[in-house]
Amino acid sequence: MNPFRRSPFILAATVLVYTFLYAPILVLILYSFNASKANVTFEGFIPAFSQNVVMDGSLVKASPCGPFHWFCELAKNREVMDAAKNTLTIAFTATIISTIIGTMAAIAMQRYDFKMKPFSQLSLYIPIVIPEIVMGIGILTLFSQLFGVLNSAFHLTGGSRLALGLGTVIVSHIAFMVPFVTLVVQARLQGFDKAYEEAAMDLGANEWITFRRVTFPMILPGVLSGALLAFTLSLDDFVITFFTNGPGSTTLPIYVYGLLRRIITPQVNALSTVWITLVFLVVLTLQIVQNREAKQQ
Amino acid sequence: MLKRLRENKSAQGTLLALPTTLWMLALLIIPLILTTIISFGQRSPDGNVIYSFSIDNYLRLFGFSTNCDNGAANCFDPLYAQILWRSLTLAFNSTVLVIMLAYPLAYFIARAHPKKRNTFLFMVLIPLWTNFVIRVYAWMMLLRTQGVINIVLGWIAAALHISFTPLEMLYTPGAVLVGMVYEFLPFMILPIYTSLEKIDNSLYEAAADLGANSIKTFLRVTLPLSMPGVVAGTILVFIPVMGTFIVSDILGGRQVILIGNLIQRQFLDARDPTFGSAASLILMIMTLIVTYFYTRKFGFGEEIVAA
Repeated sequence: MNPFRRSPFILAATVLVYTFLYAPILVLILYSFNASKANVTFEGFIPAFSQNVVMDGSLVKASPCGPFHWFCELAKNREVMDAAKNTLTIAFTATIISTIIGTMAAIAMQRYDFKMKPFSQLSLYIPIVIPEIVMGIGILTLFSQLFGVLNSAFHLTGGSRLALGLGTVIVSHIAFMVPFVTLVVQARLQGFDKAYEEAAMDLGANEWITFRRVTFPMILPGVLSGALLAFTLSLDDFVITFFTNGPGSTTLPIYVYGLLRRIITPQVNALSTVWITLVFLVVLTLQIVQNREAKQQ
Repeated sequence: MLKRLRENKSAQGTLLALPTTLWMLALLIIPLILTTIISFGQRSPDGNVIYSFSIDNYLRLFGFSTNCDNGAANCFDPLYAQILWRSLTLAFNSTVLVIMLAYPLAYFIARAHPKKRNTFLFMVLIPLWTNFVIRVYAWMMLLRTQGVINIVLGWIAAALHISFTPLEMLYTPGAVLVGMVYEFLPFMILPIYTSLEKIDNSLYEAAADLGANSIKTFLRVTLPLSMPGVVAGTILVFIPVMGTFIVSDILGGRQVILIGNLIQRQFLDARDPTFGSAASLILMIMTLIVTYFYTRKFGFGEEIVAA
């Protein structure tokens, strides 16, 4: 029996499912080149090197970007750029903190026994098995009650009032990212023998030297993939951000969601195209790095 | 002091886990306790929370209203119970559909030539990593009255010389179902693939040697051995479908209201956090019950990490 034998049913289903996965994405990309501001139907590509173009029935001055008109408009859009800046600020800060404390927790869980371990483990497990919205509204309630009490206790008014913003988003992102970092690093720690650490200790290294010279280099790939997972989770997050952001801390997913409820120009498509291209490049790079690593081993 | 710490392994572990534990305590455990307390409270006329111990919010969720139009003290209002039921059935239907679509693809990838497997998996990761909101938007473009699906159907109708009126697909329960299936499909493909890939080829050969045909081999060997993947995938799909509100918000409009939409509106529009908290706790309890019984029956292992 040929193990790579394929039944026509499986093959047909595979083609169907891949089409289902990709058709929406391709349509999205196509419409980012739409020569129509209304963006209802596809009116063709915007011509390059032309002085004037007909758009939605009226003659308008062509932009120097040609078919990439909507991408240029996007780059000029202050709201989008601010949202992109917020998204990256939140993702970088939250990734650094969650990777550090998550790795520490993973080492504690895997290598030590201590009294509050069951509680720590439970608190790391809960976010994975409850819907995100439950956590989101819980955090919103916490902040609104806490800020309410503090604002009235210290008579904070105007600009010094505590309110939702970048800080609350970052703090909340860390809370949902840490369990994933811990999970990934713990899996890596499980994979290598404790004997290496014990050997280092026997040879006279103290805990810190053992960690720096033995443990850390060995778990580094786990720490990096944990950090990367955390980073993408943060970039992608909608629900937690939705409940914890305030004026001035809008992220890209929140911004796009806001647009979907109002008017949709091809700018949204252009933004999506840029996002999908970046995702494609990042995943491709990772895949190549992983393949190279696998070959070396 | 430092020397004592160096000898005390338990204290070292506590210290290492402390930042994370405190963080989770402050932003997960305490919020959950607050949600529970508030869910028994009541809304004051100006939208604040009055702390009390009343189970009115929970009664309201299950249809026993104390806020009746005809002035009666109690009446039956199934609105919220219907929303709960709709969310449960939608989550169930989406999960079944997702399994049906994900299984053949996962099987195809697991049985593909080892050199090609990574490419096929890569093709699953791209849609998964594309932003959630963007993917909902893509379906909006497809399903609109003047959207791509209607355009293509129009072409086909024109070619066949039959008349065609564009279908109204957006803002229907079907649109929400399709959106949910699309959003969470990769979360099912990856764990099923992980468990299928682990099955040793010799098992298939043994089944063939013993005279099993391909259907029998699938039912007796492949399917039972891939159950951990299906269970892990189900948890990864069922829980978020239960709580997601963007898909129904964008693709369902005001027509399809799920428990996620209910909670969101209580916190942002209707301004009754006490009722929203009660709904949120019921949502959490429902998903925990389903997860508990499902995992106890089948069990799952590393498949959930794989995704």
